[in-house]
Amino acid sequence: MDITTITIFILAIFVGFEIITKVPPTLHTPLMSGSNAISGIAIIGAILATSVDGKMGMWLGFIAVIFAMINVVGGFMVTDRMLKMFKRK
Amino acid sequence: MEDISYLISAVLFIYGLKMLSHPRTARNGNILASIGMLIAIVATVYFGVKLDFMMIGIAMIIGSIIGVFFAIKVEMTQMPQLVAIFNGFGGAASALVATSEFLKNDGLRLPGIDPSILLIISITLSVLIGTLTFTGSFIAFGKLQGLISTKPITFKGQQLVNAILAIIMFSAAYLVPDYGTTSLYVIIGLSALLGILLVIPIGGADMPVVISLLNSYSGIAAAMTGFVLVNSGNSSAGNALIICGSLVGASGMILTKIMCKGMNRSLVNVIFGAVGSEVQGSSGEGKEVNIKSYSTEEAAMIFDAAEKIIIVPGYGLAVAQAQHAVRELADFLEDSGKKVYYAIHPVAGRMPGHMNVLLAEANISYELLKDLDEINPEFKDCDVALVLGANDVVNPAARTDKSSPIFGMPILDVDKSRTVIINKRTMNPGFAGVQNELFGYDNSIMVFGDAKDMLVKLLSDLKELDS
Repeated sequence: MDITTITIFILAIFVGFEIITKVPPTLHTPLMSGSNAISGIAIIGAILATSVDGKMGMWLGFIAVIFAMINVVGGFMVTDRMLKMFKRK
Repeated sequence: MEDISYLISAVLFIYGLKMLSHPRTARNGNILASIGMLIAIVATVYFGVKLDFMMIGIAMIIGSIIGVFFAIKVEMTQMPQLVAIFNGFGGAASALVATSEFLKNDGLRLPGIDPSILLIISITLSVLIGTLTFTGSFIAFGKLQGLISTKPITFKGQQLVNAILAIIMFSAAYLVPDYGTTSLYVIIGLSALLGILLVIPIGGADMPVVISLLNSYSGIAAAMTGFVLVNSGNSSAGNALIICGSLVGASGMILTKIMCKGMNRSLVNVIFGAVGSEVQGSSGEGKEVNIKSYSTEEAAMIFDAAEKIIIVPGYGLAVAQAQHAVRELADFLEDSGKKVYYAIHPVAGRMPGHMNVLLAEANISYELLKDLDEINPEFKDCDVALVLGANDVVNPAARTDKSSPIFGMPILDVDKSRTVIINKRTMNPGFAGVQNELFGYDNSIMVFGDAKDMLVKLLSDLKELDS
């Protein structure tokens, strides 16, 4: 690991702060469920973990894929369900 | 190649989140972010080496079925619970990936593997935060669902126990190079315990803070897992996790900050303060509160004469599932030429934006929902403020009574309106254990009963008056 990784980390936090601050309070619940779905990005690590040689690590990867997938699919779907309801008269 | 795919995903996530800044564009933003996720997943599977497609496919199908089931079944009132368990699954996934990386390197003791200090630190943090998020979220879920007491559960020396656990855990992390997997299992076990111990002392009304914080943790755990991947030679996937995890971590942090501000409490106070564990004797006790209790018929007459009405929803509205009943009442009032607005306190309900989602479900225009700063100047020329299942967020003691546990909390100035009609089930004090002096004010009127029943009766009484 070099300084690039840390740079990416810090810059991403700044970008996060910048864009999230602009989300109005009325959308805070969908923001939480939507960002939750994004934290399901762990799924790509989980997919790679299934290639781990040795039984234990592989099965952990398997469970991780299930968990992350619940997050991704459930998160984006329920967010869509909520956002569909926000209407203006 | 997967680098470029992950870059596209990251851009889509950021742009999707940016589109959440307005209700008009928000839905497309969410769709954009989900496309970003699809690209990331497809790229990982496509470019991955030695992957067991069968296994991945089965896991994805199982996860999708469970996810779809939750997403369709959940009621809007239960959204805090759903977000809590999703936070938990996210944290668990991150911790599992880090653990799997660890085992792959045989506890970092394989010959030729350099158990670099950075790898050990990132694995420890990833496992710690991920596991703690998992168990903590399930406790939060249990509290929100009413499976566990919503009262703070405290015992003597709780903070000391937490501190000791943390010290043992960091010692175990330090000993990883010598003890390998054994150390890791100690870290996992203690993190799980710590997650439970950190959430059980937190009371029901502090849940918005806890859920926001766990939301943030689930992101930070993903970012830490990203560091694990980078340190074990998988930098493209690792960077993707770092970027997305940081976005989510920042988002949760901002929400946590907003919630704390909404209660005028510091994060430390929420986590370790256990407010609500004992009824505070300082305020409320000495003061006699004489209330006026009206029937819905009498309340209907007041509404009939009113021009401008502000509705203040609280957690009681969610419990009673009264959002549709509110809409029907508001529709009737608007049809009779009255103005109706909604005042949303930042910590009303059990999670950020909880009330907004409920009212949106009932088809109430988001433009009528006003936040604290916007609505407070409006109360002085408001005829009726209708408080539905809210208590602490309208308690004037927060402005004046220095001995009150909620002193300094920004409140909705309902007491400034001509008449305040408060609907509650019983006279029980609010979460903070404080009797609300508002109930005894000259311009306050109590209407007791379940919010939904009360609103339905009120509406029929109003219709009768009109005919």
